[in-house]
Amino acid sequence: MREFLGALALQGGYNTTLVMVGAALLGAAGGGVGAFALLRRRSLASDAMSHATLPGIVLAFMIGHAVLGEGRFVWLLLMGAALTAGLGLWVTTLIAARTRLREDAAIGIVLSTFFAAGVVLLTVVQSLNLPGQAGLQGYLLGSTAGMLRAEAELIAAAAAVVAGAVFALRNLFIVTAFDEGFAAARGVNTVRLDFALLILVLAVVVIGLKAAGVVLVIALTIIPPVTARLWTDRARDMALIAAGLGAAGAYVGAGLSATVPNLPTGAVIVLVQFAVFALSLALAPRRGLVAAAVRRARLVREIKSGRWRPASAEGGA
Amino acid sequence: MLRVLPPRDAAVSPVTAAESPFHVSRLSAAYGDRPAIYDLTFTPPRGALAAVIGPNGAGKSTFLKAALGLIPKIAGETRVFGKPLSANRREAAYVPQRASVDWDFPASVLDVTMMGLQPEIGWLRWPNASHRARAMQALEAVGLAALAGRQIGQLSGGQRQRVFIARALVQDAEVYLLDEPFAGVDAATEAAIMDVFRDLARRGKTVICVHHDLATVRDYFDYVMLINVEKQAEGPVAAAFTAELVAKTYGRRALGLSSAYGA
Repeated sequence: MREFLGALALQGGYNTTLVMVGAALLGAAGGGVGAFALLRRRSLASDAMSHATLPGIVLAFMIGHAVLGEGRFVWLLLMGAALTAGLGLWVTTLIAARTRLREDAAIGIVLSTFFAAGVVLLTVVQSLNLPGQAGLQGYLLGSTAGMLRAEAELIAAAAAVVAGAVFALRNLFIVTAFDEGFAAARGVNTVRLDFALLILVLAVVVIGLKAAGVVLVIALTIIPPVTARLWTDRARDMALIAAGLGAAGAYVGAGLSATVPNLPTGAVIVLVQFAVFALSLALAPRRGLVAAAVRRARLVREIKSGRWRPASAEGGA
Repeated sequence: MLRVLPPRDAAVSPVTAAESPFHVSRLSAAYGDRPAIYDLTFTPPRGALAAVIGPNGAGKSTFLKAALGLIPKIAGETRVFGKPLSANRREAAYVPQRASVDWDFPASVLDVTMMGLQPEIGWLRWPNASHRARAMQALEAVGLAALAGRQIGQLSGGQRQRVFIARALVQDAEVYLLDEPFAGVDAATEAAIMDVFRDLARRGKTVICVHHDLATVRDYFDYVMLINVEKQAEGPVAAAFTAELVAKTYGRRALGLSSAYGA
């Protein structure tokens, strides 16, 4: 416990501190961009996209081995991840646009198929017993144990770029998320804007893969925004709060996993973020369950005691 | 000099294509292999209160969306005062169906109204005092100024419709295109919305509504297009909204209603 509190205060040594700061930046980027993905209803598509990174990672590893004699070049792996993620997204869009299947069905197909392909490829690589293949396992569930300074710097740089892009596009994201038809009539290129949004989500997924893992990285873009929504009724504030909650949850989660041996980072971060969500769901002032129950009880009491009066009908019906 | 030939039996528009504030020519669109609208030409005059009327599935909303370039069209084009729509978008304000958006969206009445100013506010900046003032003016016009700070999820159906109209008003466009603005609103709201429309028309603006209530066409509008996939009639209400043309547009179903719009 003391070790954990020490880590929270950045007293956990160079490596732990590096991991926690890196995770916090990742969490902030995920929460910020995730707020707009959630409002635009792209969270599920993002999930398919993140699962579709796995075959790309493994294929890049194999190609690296065959061509360069060494598979573990982070840049190569992340490029492979981005490529198959983009492919998965493209297939999802194609299925939804060209067939009678709805988008959720298309997402289900792509998510499971790409992930299955990745698992099969991973098994093949393991059976070949290539040097460095053990590290690939880390991409499945995430590990920050071996986070290098260069990786933390990559996360920091990418998070800064994502934050800048989200800030610049925030107005267009909000207008389009609320009313796509109106935005298009007002001259917003909604197709290009949606593409930009998914590229930003993909950026977070790719830089977060190593730390949080293929399966869980997308939670960084979903749980903090859902939590933030409970605390605010303004889209702008929601993105800011989500970024803050994302950073805090990732920071605490990474600290926990660094101080307890063998705790997987991604999973711990997700559980910490969920705990914040559960607390918010109970306690948030307007949308929280407790507040709703109190309001309901008050109404029932007023009706039963005959003290209830209808509110004045300002603004007409 | 392009003079669009009127379809058979239709009343004729009093203006030329180039004079019309929102001229749609030979517009066709389909969903998959099912044609939704075919060869629709529409030439409302400036200052018109125009209704687009037809039975369910006649393609009324599709006409509006395709004319605004919001869904793919197969053929046809839209001109705003003779210029291509893409060059004159700011003069066409669109009010979609109220049910097309999620009203639990995190925004206030003022936030939504200011969305109509988005291209002016731009990418990086926040709305400034003059944006706010203009949005408040639009809310004043629809009688919602007192609710500017309210979360949109707490509004009634009629109030939501009025926020949508305020968002279009703030654009200060020449042409207003509304998809069923009276659907599911009460009589008081309907009257308030009509006041806004009449005020716009008085100032020379053009209002085009997808409308389904045949009983109010004569009271509310002065120009009409009847469609059922194809155009059945277009022109001033007195000429185009006749029992015969309405019956032709709606088929047998409308026969029982013929007393509502005069013989």
